[in-house]
Parts: sequence; C-alpha cells; structure tokens
Amino acid sequence: MTTTAMLRLEDLKIPSLEPVNLMVASGECIGLSGESGCGKTRLLRAIADMDEHDGQVYAEDIAQDQVRAHEWRRRVALLPAESLWWFDTVEQHFSAHQPHIGALGFEPDVMQWQVSRCSSGEKQRLSILRLLSGCPRVLLLDEPTANLDAGNAGRVEELIRNYLAEHNAIAIWVGHDAEQLTRVSQRQFRIRDGRIDGMDEA
Amino acid sequence: MKAEFIALTAPDLMLASLLVLALIGLGARLRLGVSQTLAVAAVRTTVQLLLVGLILEAVFTQARLSWIMLIILVMMTVASWEILARQKRKLKGWWGFGVSAFSLFISSFLITLLALFIVIGADPWYTPQYLIPLLGMLLGNTMNGIALGMDRLVQTAWQQRGVIEQRLMLGQKDSDAIREIARDSMRAGMIPIINAMAAAGVVSLPGMMTGQILAGSPPVEAVKYQILIMFLVTSGTGFAVITVLQLITRRMFDTRERLRFDRLLKEAG
Repeated sequence: MTTTAMLRLEDLKIPSLEPVNLMVASGECIGLSGESGCGKTRLLRAIADMDEHDGQVYAEDIAQDQVRAHEWRRRVALLPAESLWWFDTVEQHFSAHQPHIGALGFEPDVMQWQVSRCSSGEKQRLSILRLLSGCPRVLLLDEPTANLDAGNAGRVEELIRNYLAEHNAIAIWVGHDAEQLTRVSQRQFRIRDGRIDGMDEA
Repeated sequence: MKAEFIALTAPDLMLASLLVLALIGLGARLRLGVSQTLAVAAVRTTVQLLLVGLILEAVFTQARLSWIMLIILVMMTVASWEILARQKRKLKGWWGFGVSAFSLFISSFLITLLALFIVIGADPWYTPQYLIPLLGMLLGNTMNGIALGMDRLVQTAWQQRGVIEQRLMLGQKDSDAIREIARDSMRAGMIPIINAMAAAGVVSLPGMMTGQILAGSPPVEAVKYQILIMFLVTSGTGFAVITVLQLITRRMFDTRERLRFDRLLKEAG
C-alpha cells in the first residue's frame, strides 16, 4: 500500500548508481552503508533536492516538486557529514527553542557559546540539535556520529530513536559501523558496484 | 558674466610634464620599478585625452544625434568590459557582459536622460556639452560600484558556498541563505560614493566643481552642479548595484533553490 509509506523514492537517478526505488514507513529508520565515493551522499542530496536529478521523491504523499524547495527541505532535512556555522554564537543558528539540549549532554548555557571555540565533536552534536529544532519529518543523516566518542554516539542514537518514535518521523542513517546500523535501523542496505543490495521488498 | 579664464599653452603642459619626467628619473635611480609603467601611463593619458578632446570638439560643433549615439555606445561597451575585467572570478561569457551592460544602461543612461530632460532641461536633450560629461561621470562611478559589488558577491559566495548550502539544507530560502553576503556586497559597492559625499568640500574638492571654478564659473553655481552630480551618481550607483545583485543571485540559484555556480562561473564545472 503506497499510502502508508511516508517516504517513497521512484526511479531516483544518481550518477554511478542504478535507479533507486524505496519505500519507508512512518517511524522507520533505514541504515545505508557502502565504500566512500559510492554515491551515499549524492543519494541523500538528491532526496533533499540539493542536486539536479531524475525520478521522483514523495514524503507523506507530497511530491518533491509539488512544494517550494525550501519547504521541502524543512520536511526532509539533510545533516551533512561536516556541519558549518556562519554566525558567532551557537544560539544565532537556532530559530526556535531547543528542547533536546540535555539529551546530548549539554548545559543550557551552550547556546551562548562561541562557535569558534567548539570542538568538532561538539559542533557535530550541536548540528544534530539544530537539525531537529526545525522538526523535520524525514532525517537524512550522513555519518552523524563520525566525530563522536562511544558515549556521545550512544546519546545521539537514543535521541534519534526517541525523536522518530515521538514524531512518527523517519530517518535514513548513513554510516560505516555495521553494529551501530543494526542497533539504530530496522532495515539495512549496502551500496556495492552501483547497486543497492538488500532492496528485498519487490 | 563669465569671469576671464586662462587658456593653457603647450609650453605650460611641457613644464608640468617635466615634473613627471623628474619622478620617472628618480624612480629609476632608486630602482623602485615604477618608471616604465608611469611613462606608459603618462603617454597614454596624453594621447587618449587629446584624441577625446578632438572628437568632442568635432561632436560639439556638429551636435548630430547619430554621432552622439555612437559615442554613448562605445562608452557603455568599454565600461561593461572594464567591469568584467576587474572580476577575480570570471563570469560565463555573454551573460556576464549582459548583466554589466544592462545595469549600466538602466542606471547611468536612464538617469542621465532624466537629468537632461527634467532637471537641466537642455535643448535639444542630446546637447553634447551636457550629455557626454554627465554620462561620463555617471558611467565612471557606476562602473566602479558595479565592479566592486559584483566581485564581492561572487567571490564571497564562492568562498562560502559550503555555508550557503548548509543554510539551504536547513530549509532557508535562497534569498535568506545569501542575505549577509548580499548586504556586504551592497556596502562594498556603495562605500566609495558614500565616502565621497561625506568628504566633499571638507576633505576633498570634487574634480568637476574644481574644473568649473578654474574655467571661471562662480563657485556657488559650480557647487549646485556638483550637488546634482553627487545625487545622480549616488542613485545611479545604488540602483546599478541592486540590479546586479538581483541578477547574479538569480543566476546563482535555480528554481529549486540549489546553488549553481556551474551556470555562473567559467571554471566551476
């Protein structure tokens, strides 16, 4: 049934990858792995409509080109592997109040921090909070715990899991750690030789 | 009631050129590496200005519309090329030229026409004694503003393309994602003329006004013209920079609010 799918990729075409067809249900998390350069990031960028592409993407039965691009990206939010910041303080990058601060081990005064003094790990955790503060329906996470120690990686996993459950949202989690992907996701796929293996549901 | 004005003779100019020659000599002696460029520039300015003087004299006595249009066309084309030549990152082909020419046209040219018709009321409107100097001053200043604003916008956006994309990913509109950069570029384009207005009469005496006074106009008359020019130049520069920022930003993003330097720049594949 297509109506239950929250995210649907139809013949999505990325260079060096066969057309992708995928259905993801509400609350579900998909794990995606593959060697670097295989097209994982480009796939996420196409879903977020950051690159030109053929094929169609639906989120809650709204087609990508049916809404304006920035509205689409508010629903379908991409977390890039490296987060970037452009104002001086952390707070200036948040539009709304951020309820998850404690969940990633920060004190409330983190909002007054200077971005230039944050470590790469702190920036990565903050960028996840920043992503969630917009309440997106679909999270596209490109190696969200790459710079984090085991403790913080665990916190991020739990935060994402809770977010998905609470909002009935979905996530595509790109990572290299097979154990982590099994922990966080219900289904795992691997990109190999331009094909996505494990795309079993036909 | 024009006061007497003293015409310069060739020997007068030669005396002045001795100063430049002395400077060239001193520069060479101290091996400062400016002598050659200085000599070339001095010769260029003499030849160029003499030629322009001859052409203008011919045009002023004839006052034929077709000649004047040709001169206007040449001035605007050269100014457009000059803008492109000053860009650190080269814009793609005819598109870059078109943006420069279009924004010069709607600022410098239209404002010059406005001034001729409404403010000065020259008869006929294309009276070259008014049209050509006015357009020249507007073009010179607008060209600077456009060149500076465009360079700042393209250069900064290119350096910060990662940040712009990050902001787009967070669901910002393209106009929001580039807001600070656009603001900065507007300032870069406008600062020379804003400074000139603030300093006029106190720190510097504007060239046109000085020229009129030297040519025997009463100072207050010269000042009135100078104020007119300042306002024309400021609004011309402002409208031109805004036009350029709009056009380039539109080209930089596509309809799906994606950053598209491949459409804008030569070397960005």
